[in-house]
Amino acid sequence: MMVLVVVGLYTDRLEPMREKLALAVTPFYQITDVPSRVNDWRKDTFVSHADLKLENEALKTELLIHQRKLQQLASLAAENVRLRQLLNASQMLQDTVLIAELIGVSPNPLSHKVIINRGSKEGAFKGQPVLDAFGLMGQVIEVGETSSTVLLISDSTHAIPVQVNRNGVRAIAEGTGDLNSLSLRHVSTNTDIRAGDLLVSSGLGERFPIGYPVAEVQQVVRDPGKAFLTVIAKPMARLDRSRHLLLVFENRDRASVPGALSVTAVESSSSAESVSSSSSPASSSVGGAR
Amino acid sequence: MLSPQLNLYVVIALSFLVSLVLSVYPLPMDMRWWRPEFVLIVAIYWIFFMPLTVSFTLLCALGLFQDLLEGVPFGQHSLGLVIVAYICILSYQRVRNFSIWRQSGWIFVLVGIAQLTDNWVQGMAGRPLSGIQFLYPAFTSALLWPACLWWLNSMTHRYQP
Repeated sequence: MMVLVVVGLYTDRLEPMREKLALAVTPFYQITDVPSRVNDWRKDTFVSHADLKLENEALKTELLIHQRKLQQLASLAAENVRLRQLLNASQMLQDTVLIAELIGVSPNPLSHKVIINRGSKEGAFKGQPVLDAFGLMGQVIEVGETSSTVLLISDSTHAIPVQVNRNGVRAIAEGTGDLNSLSLRHVSTNTDIRAGDLLVSSGLGERFPIGYPVAEVQQVVRDPGKAFLTVIAKPMARLDRSRHLLLVFENRDRASVPGALSVTAVESSSSAESVSSSSSPASSSVGGAR
Repeated sequence: MLSPQLNLYVVIALSFLVSLVLSVYPLPMDMRWWRPEFVLIVAIYWIFFMPLTVSFTLLCALGLFQDLLEGVPFGQHSLGLVIVAYICILSYQRVRNFSIWRQSGWIFVLVGIAQLTDNWVQGMAGRPLSGIQFLYPAFTSALLWPACLWWLNSMTHRYQP
């Protein structure tokens, strides 16, 4: 038994077996998911006409607001493309996403993992970034046929390259094992970073796409006795509440994803297409999980 | 109608299935420390009261499946299960005569031992160790023992061979 533990921990030999057997595990999570599904169904079914009307109204208003923002976005995207052309920089890629639903939470209190209802059949792959409506949630670490496991950014074995949105200072955000805090690693004491700064993914490491919100800096402690700053940030994504997650396919690997939708509804003018060939197709798996 | 012996095996299989489902039932993140070790206490019950029905091989396989289910390193739960099962086999004749709360105390110790090995494996996997929190499941398991005893006793009496 000890041998098994050691082999499993220090080599990859048991990984293929785990992936195959994941199929046997999925039903258990589906069974435990039944009560929340019944609850969803109840909420959908036993709702009054007036409530529905009210909700409809609210959604329409929200849609209007978002559409206004999108109008601006179209012109901004076009402007961005022109500026990038001027700078000779490669084209920003639009990402496509696949909506997944959470079906289980890892019962191990020391690890932050969730199980989702998409697997290799739908095109999910190892190392795939996962978002919710508010920010980056984590990455896929195990893919079964119909379900996969997502490691959250707050897990103590996870780290993600980020940058401060305000000034572009780069850092690495590590999970602490606490759902509501990440800590930044090796930030020197004279770095310009303060509470309230938004940290977005920096795209370094080529695992997470650039520009998705990751966390907000909550506390910066300058201790003269220490070589580095202590920076605590709170994840933007609702790690313990979101039920609907988005699996991100960067354009280079979207080719054959059934049912994937485009994140940005705007098609940025024809000039976007003309320069898109200069994008870098490299996709290695550096960074991400330590 | 199934034969009584077969009936008992169905009951055992069913009890393990239920305990496996309970062991992954979603709880709020902060409450997960308090989840009793369902699989372990059901296994302990069968060893205490029907020592001939569950083999170590079965327990090993069960532990491995639980590892797979919970996504922890292979061998973590089976190691704990096998160690605890061995202690149970040595002590079941005495424990059967204990009063119910004394049995609970004994369960606390047994689950604590399993939690300890769990913690070792988790430590080897690079997880931060958690202080005294790892004993919470032992505590809740001990509290759950009377209920578990009542439920499984009623099941076995109904299907007694």
